[in-house]
Amino acid sequence: MAHESHEQVDAVTGVTTTGHTWDDIQELNNPLPRWWLWTFYLTIVWSVLYAIAYPAIPMVSSYTKGVLGWQSREAVEVDLAELRQQRSGMTAKLAASSLDEIKQDPEMFAFARAQGKASFGDNCAPCHGAGGAGAKGYPNLNDDDWLWGGSLAQVEHTIRYGARSTSDKGHSGTMPAFGRDGMLKREEISHVADYVRSLSGLPTDKAADLNAGAKVFADNCAACHGDKGQGMQDLGAPNLSDKIWLFGSDKATIVEGLNNGRGGVMPTWHGRLDDTTIKALTLYVHSLGGDQRP
Amino acid sequence: MADAPLSHPLGAAASDEDAPLYAPRKQIYPQAVKGRYRTIKWVVLAITLGIYYFLPFIRWDRGPNAPDQAILVDLANGRFYFFFIEIWPQEVYYITGLLVLAALALFLMNAVAGRVWCGYLCPQTVWTDLFYAVERWIEGDRRDRMRKDQQKLTLKVAGQKGLKHFIWLMIAWWTGGAWVLYFADAPTLVYELATLQAPLLAYTWIGILTFTTYTLAGFMREQVCTYMCPWPRIQAALTDEYALNVTYRYDRGEPRGSVKKNEVLKLQGLPAGDCIDCNQCVNVCPTGVDIRKGLQLDCIQCGLCMDACDTVMDKIGRPQGLIAYDTEMNVKARMEGRPEVRHIVRSRTLFYAGIIALVGAIMITSLAMRQNIYLSVMHDRNPLFVRLSDGSIRNGFTIRVANKHLDERRYALTVEGLADAKIDIIGGEVDQQGRAIVTVGPDQTLEARVLVTDTASAASSSTDLQFILTDLSNGDKAATSDHFKAP
Repeated sequence: MAHESHEQVDAVTGVTTTGHTWDDIQELNNPLPRWWLWTFYLTIVWSVLYAIAYPAIPMVSSYTKGVLGWQSREAVEVDLAELRQQRSGMTAKLAASSLDEIKQDPEMFAFARAQGKASFGDNCAPCHGAGGAGAKGYPNLNDDDWLWGGSLAQVEHTIRYGARSTSDKGHSGTMPAFGRDGMLKREEISHVADYVRSLSGLPTDKAADLNAGAKVFADNCAACHGDKGQGMQDLGAPNLSDKIWLFGSDKATIVEGLNNGRGGVMPTWHGRLDDTTIKALTLYVHSLGGDQRP
Repeated sequence: MADAPLSHPLGAAASDEDAPLYAPRKQIYPQAVKGRYRTIKWVVLAITLGIYYFLPFIRWDRGPNAPDQAILVDLANGRFYFFFIEIWPQEVYYITGLLVLAALALFLMNAVAGRVWCGYLCPQTVWTDLFYAVERWIEGDRRDRMRKDQQKLTLKVAGQKGLKHFIWLMIAWWTGGAWVLYFADAPTLVYELATLQAPLLAYTWIGILTFTTYTLAGFMREQVCTYMCPWPRIQAALTDEYALNVTYRYDRGEPRGSVKKNEVLKLQGLPAGDCIDCNQCVNVCPTGVDIRKGLQLDCIQCGLCMDACDTVMDKIGRPQGLIAYDTEMNVKARMEGRPEVRHIVRSRTLFYAGIIALVGAIMITSLAMRQNIYLSVMHDRNPLFVRLSDGSIRNGFTIRVANKHLDERRYALTVEGLADAKIDIIGGEVDQQGRAIVTVGPDQTLEARVLVTDTASAASSSTDLQFILTDLSNGDKAATSDHFKAP
């Protein structure tokens, strides 16, 4: 870079140069376009006014609040209030209507399902999955098999108070740990596991003693699961004669349940979610498949 | 550049290489002109502005459940109304087709007669022309305006300029005002605007368009065409040697000279042209170019120099058409004594016309066959299938039914492809024949959840499934396919 004297004038344009030359290319000393310059000044003025009006400068323990008193947190609250205001008509209608009334009204039903779906994603999906498909130990809400009942009222009760939860009104009843607590012997557990598999038509070992299993079942299991293993919703005892298995249908899994017991927990949502949200959740969950067995 | 078809032997291009790349803007004072092309331009101006300003007020009766405005972009409800056509958001491809047609029409215009769009139809040209007319009406013609700008500002001139800007702003404001009328019921919005009850958005858009119209037509003018607009560059790539352009016929005009001098030269048998170098063609030009330098980027081919030159030719008793729609090729042909070539109908124009006809036919056909019933089906993503307690497999689907009729309709949904399929619906009802029935309001869509159960447990891991929707009032059908998933 050759440094030359300043007052050089470019022959073609008649504009002075900055005096800098790179590879024989000179830089013209044109002034900045006026519109650009004034826009630039305007942004400086704007930034000063902005810093006065809005929260801007961080201090040691706080920050400048701005004379307008605007805060993003308050803005969110205003937005939320607006949203609640917007929905208030529908929310009030939901609050005032029974589950059956909502289901009969297409507009309310659609609104409740939409709200329920959003709330399901926020609160229920971690255990039951985004589409309510469940997982091992977490019931699939799309099928027609309901541990605690699949009617609208039963679904609402389960959501509100949970199962084996901290709420007094929640469902209770657990599968005892027959093996661990020494109530059944190892071979008895093996027999009854084979028998339970046979209840829903699953194949069993040729060596399995189903008669012995039936006796163990009648003595120990039928009280909760029923004579034919049809289950009991009051106690949350699953139907053992259908094709749906909460934990799995292989013998090892059944033996594991017999040894250590079972007792998945559904928390209580009463007091954590408001009444309309619980209603909306009930209708959404019910619409996934609960209808199929009232 | 020497071989380019549009270069010109008389152009001042010889010194181009030394010229600065930057050209300061020259103030242009176009002179008033009368003639054939000026008349055409006035008519086009009246028609195009008339359409723009008054179209929103045209009514079109669509029945009780739809707006009665002929052209309406209903953003809130996602509908576009164009006379007898109602377009839903999923049918934007009609607008794509319209834009394709517009582009092709532009190409065709260019192939036939150059920048017809720029010279006569472009909003920038039309509004600038109108603003120039106002300027001329208040401040006087070219010389008056030049004089007034050079002199010290007097109170009278300041008043004139103030009036001019006021009228410009009124036109600009009306331009923005007409724009928003396309997006709401025009008479209602006019009333709301007049009584200051219109939504803020309307005023904002009027403000934006007032500003752009005032700036673009009042101040930026030919700079928009020369520097901002891509079309001059694009059309330079699209044009060919047969396209008619506003052309100075230098075969006839050169060498230039005064009337008397050239007459003397002619008597002596020396070469003398018809151009008397009166500069009228330059004075009337709204972009300030000299057409005698040949076809150039800045020239929008508005035709006013042809009017100016014809007027002069009439006065000095020479034939009109020294500047006319012609081709560079023909000018050269005449100079060399070859016959002229005129090919309006040639492969290029036929090709453009053919594509226009094809795209137009496709659009008309698809519009004519457009269905007023629409069904979309979405399979549940999670879970893909559900095992029920009796072992059968069920799939969940979300369906959306659109009713484009202006009255309420009932539809029946059935499935094909799966033997012994049982259908159930949440958000509808199931009739005795096992069909899912939905009721959709006028011009609305409805979403419902459909559960299909394979009662025979016959499905393989993926079975093709057809959903068929039947309009119970007239038997119209819509179908869409999906899959039935099983383990």
